[in-house]
Amino acid sequence: MLIKKPTDIPYSEVTPKEIYLNRRKFLAGLPLAALVGRELLAPANRAMAATKLPNLAKSPFSTTEKVNSYNDVTHYNNFYEFGTGKEQPAENARNFKTYPWTVSVEGEVAKPGKYSVEDLMHLAPLEERIYRHRCVEAWSIVVPWAGYSLSEVLKRAEPKPKAKYVAFETYYSPGQMPLGRYAGIDLPYVEGLRLDEAMHPLALLCFGMYGETLPPQDGAPVRMVLPWKYGFKSIKSIIKIRLVSGQPPCTWNLSAPNEYGFYSNVNPHVDHPRWSQATERRLGEFFKRPTLMFNGYGDQVAGMYAGMDLKKYF
Amino acid sequence: MRKPWTKVLAFLLGLSPLGWLLWRAFHEGLTANPIEFITHYTGDWTLRLIIITLAITPVRRMLMLPDLIRFRRMSGLFAFFYGFLHFITYIWLDKFFDLSAMAKDVVKRPFITAGFTAFVLMIPLAVTSTKGWIRRMGGKRWQMLHRLIYVSAIAGVVHYYWLVKSDIRLPVLYGTLVALELIYRGVVWMAGRRGERRRAVAQAEQAW
Repeated sequence: MLIKKPTDIPYSEVTPKEIYLNRRKFLAGLPLAALVGRELLAPANRAMAATKLPNLAKSPFSTTEKVNSYNDVTHYNNFYEFGTGKEQPAENARNFKTYPWTVSVEGEVAKPGKYSVEDLMHLAPLEERIYRHRCVEAWSIVVPWAGYSLSEVLKRAEPKPKAKYVAFETYYSPGQMPLGRYAGIDLPYVEGLRLDEAMHPLALLCFGMYGETLPPQDGAPVRMVLPWKYGFKSIKSIIKIRLVSGQPPCTWNLSAPNEYGFYSNVNPHVDHPRWSQATERRLGEFFKRPTLMFNGYGDQVAGMYAGMDLKKYF
Repeated sequence: MRKPWTKVLAFLLGLSPLGWLLWRAFHEGLTANPIEFITHYTGDWTLRLIIITLAITPVRRMLMLPDLIRFRRMSGLFAFFYGFLHFITYIWLDKFFDLSAMAKDVVKRPFITAGFTAFVLMIPLAVTSTKGWIRRMGGKRWQMLHRLIYVSAIAGVVHYYWLVKSDIRLPVLYGTLVALELIYRGVVWMAGRRGERRRAVAQAEQAW
């Protein structure tokens, strides 16, 4: 019998670079020294730890429903840049570098600007807003977010008459987000709103939750929260806010236009082609509950869509 | 491999995914959405076990391990077992036995239609998996019936593929494995037919 000798070490046998480097680090520094060294030499290399956000103003927009546990909200995430599993972002975004961070406000505005996230956070008083959050996958959570209405930023930028829409972009770094290439969607993640939607007081520019700054998997350091729309519209880790004249591209809409519309307002009467949107599972509850039109925010937002065929503009 | 304890071991292996699920439920928990987790987990294992079951014939032929056949029925029954758990999770925890909602799902949602088909076709296979049934049906007819597992395997992969949002790596992997297993059978079948024809020709020549 002919026994073939392998010509080379199979690829599967090669030690991955991170492990190889980690071994070196371990050997060179030994645990404590290495840890201390890393902190001193490259503090920016690690994620910004959660910082308390004191004096959050109460908001009349808050629901009195039971808030989900911090653990639920931080260990059940869709953030495909960090893996498509629900628990992967908590694991893989741990060292996501969110400092320094700049957000560019640009496009059809009289006063464009680049803001450091600290400056942006202090542009207007932060409020706590307890919102229902409904995912397109038919689950929902209640989260105490911290932020202010996006309109505060947009007003200061002074949109020109040509500005009809707002386009958002998430930071994308293949180096920090190696799983992004398996996400199955085009990255960087982009989203968009009509200008009136973006100016709506419910549209929250969000910096924190549960009284502290956002953890990376929930969209640190700054994200949108649009409680009347499916969760994927609430774009995370924003680096660009651009006012534009035409309807901007949106990641999920590009990926499957028949499944995810530009508006993506929560609507129990318009099913996703593959599953029903009539009910949802609130995390932590056993029975499913009925889904509400505009996720229960109809009184505030329905006017913006008056006269529109919501089956067509889903 | 003929030793009786190997079957006990195979049985324990087949139960181990359920064991792991229970262990996880009592220790680290089943994520913030346990019902979804259980649904995906049991579905995943159903497909994996179908793939393992379909791998037994090619592997035993190629590696010349005829005794592997001893494990095929058990593997198939475990596939059915996890498929049953998957189905129960769906109608109980997802639909709360609302049979009309379920019927609507089966008709309206192609991915449910595919999954439901895959499961229903496995029922007669599980029922007729005993020696008695092989005898009653006759080997040929029994084998014909059990080829339904090919349909279940394909429907199961399609069910999974239609379910995922964008990350299709796993459904594509499972689909590739099922395709290879079916291609193997196709090739064997074609080779067999050619052999038969050759034998028929040879016989005819002899008779001449």
